[in-house]
Amino acid sequence: MTPIVSIRNLTKTYGNGFQALKGVDLEIKRGEILALLGPNGAGKTTLISIVCGLVNPSGGQVLVGGHDVVREFRKTRALIGLVPQELTTDQFETVWNTVTFSRGLHGKPANPARIESILKDLSLLDKRDSMLRELSGGMKRRVLIAKALAHEPEILFLDEPTAGVDVTLRRDMWQVVERLRKTGVTVILTTHYIEEAEEIADRVGVINGGELLLVENKAALMKKLGRKELRLELAEPLGALPSGLDSYHVTLAEDGGALIYEYQGEAEQGRIATLLGSLAAQGIEFRDLSTRQSSLEDIFVELVGQRS
Amino acid sequence: MNFEAIKSIYLFEMARMRRTLLQSVVSPVITTSLYFIVFGTAIGSRIQEVDGVSYGSFITPGLIMLTLLTQCISNGSIGIYFPKFTGTIYEILSAPIAMTEILIGYVGAAASKGLIIGLIILATASFFVDISIAHPFMMVVFLVLTAITFSLAGFIIGIWAKNFEQLNIVPMLVVPPLTFLGGSFYSIDMLPPFWQAVSHFNPVLYLVSGFRWSFYEIADVNPLISLAMIGLFLALCLSLVAWIFRTGYRLRS
Repeated sequence: MTPIVSIRNLTKTYGNGFQALKGVDLEIKRGEILALLGPNGAGKTTLISIVCGLVNPSGGQVLVGGHDVVREFRKTRALIGLVPQELTTDQFETVWNTVTFSRGLHGKPANPARIESILKDLSLLDKRDSMLRELSGGMKRRVLIAKALAHEPEILFLDEPTAGVDVTLRRDMWQVVERLRKTGVTVILTTHYIEEAEEIADRVGVINGGELLLVENKAALMKKLGRKELRLELAEPLGALPSGLDSYHVTLAEDGGALIYEYQGEAEQGRIATLLGSLAAQGIEFRDLSTRQSSLEDIFVELVGQRS
Repeated sequence: MNFEAIKSIYLFEMARMRRTLLQSVVSPVITTSLYFIVFGTAIGSRIQEVDGVSYGSFITPGLIMLTLLTQCISNGSIGIYFPKFTGTIYEILSAPIAMTEILIGYVGAAASKGLIIGLIILATASFFVDISIAHPFMMVVFLVLTAITFSLAGFIIGIWAKNFEQLNIVPMLVVPPLTFLGGSFYSIDMLPPFWQAVSHFNPVLYLVSGFRWSFYEIADVNPLISLAMIGLFLALCLSLVAWIFRTGYRLRS
């Protein structure tokens, strides 16, 4: 299937000489949820700003729905909805007017039924006549999503949708994204909250210093890069690491009360049985065991750390 | 052409005028009435006719121009500055509209507001003084061209301004001296020769003079020259806007 967004060797150097993007290649599949993960200043916002038309690229090409974002901006921007990071709203407008304005701005004729359904989906219908300044932060964020959806886009960009919002609201936002996915909208979100990417994304792209370090299916990424740890709580503490375990990456916990076996991927997983066998052979008993998989956060810290 | 988008911007801007009716319409009407009371009736009654026209009637075209210029510049600038200030400009820049369409929406709305206020002032003036319009068509031409030109100038200021002080500097500090010294309240024949020559460098002189000619057929400069000068200002503003759009100056990095 042809990608809905295709980014090739995209570069951006701002007027002050700052190189925000250093040759990014990325393909986004139709209907997926892609999380772009990276620390502040990594280039996430620049990347989506170029796709949406807010920033001019310095080099490279971006195709949206097969159209060039610079030359055929009318076609590409009609496909895109953008929810910015900042809560930028016309304080003195009503919810209804501001959402209707967004639809018109995208060249679509008025459709009150459609606007009503969008507001209903975002639990904003009872606030339709409220002025934006009367709304809470969470509601304003939802109004921005409603504005972005008013022209029925196929692609929705969410720039840091949950930056600075509380946990309940964050969950609320994730549900909104999940519902959008069901309607077939492609969602690209930037975040520096790893748990957010882990929770809702299909694929994760890690961006740092203007470079896309990797883009992987989330599960595959976790599987490929995720380390696992087996912790065996010993019945009797040990003074030193027993011999015969040298071939495993086993360490003794500081108090000698547990053995920790770190392994990576499926190959090393198979050695758990032999490890346990050799412990039994030496008469070392354990009273409990637990395993832990490293999170996306560990992977991320490792990736970003390697490059810096 | 994305006509829906132009219509949306235009109506959105005009809605602001309705919301701020007192500030947008009532305030210029009161200010102009005060001018008529002070200059037209109180002081004007002691001033003899200017070129065969009573003083109150003589200053009417100048007063309309004064308000039109101020209103068009401030409406044109605030229209584009406000979304820049609040950040809502992101939506306009990411919508499938060309810069010329954005321009038509904002400048069209600012010019319309200016024209509405200009006509209201003309109606107000008719309560105070006798007004005759010798060339109604040319009057409308002068009015519309001036409204568009100065709304464009306002748009440029709105894009250029980085803060409210810069936004207000032109309407507050540049426009009043130019209009007051541009023959709104007098014919430049009344000035010493040196100041007459200086006045010819003031663009507002041409606007007021041409506009007054359409009322009473009296003018400080040939009406055709006035028309040519308005055309020149319009061309200047348009080329500046074209440059802004081409370079993305203070809009797109």
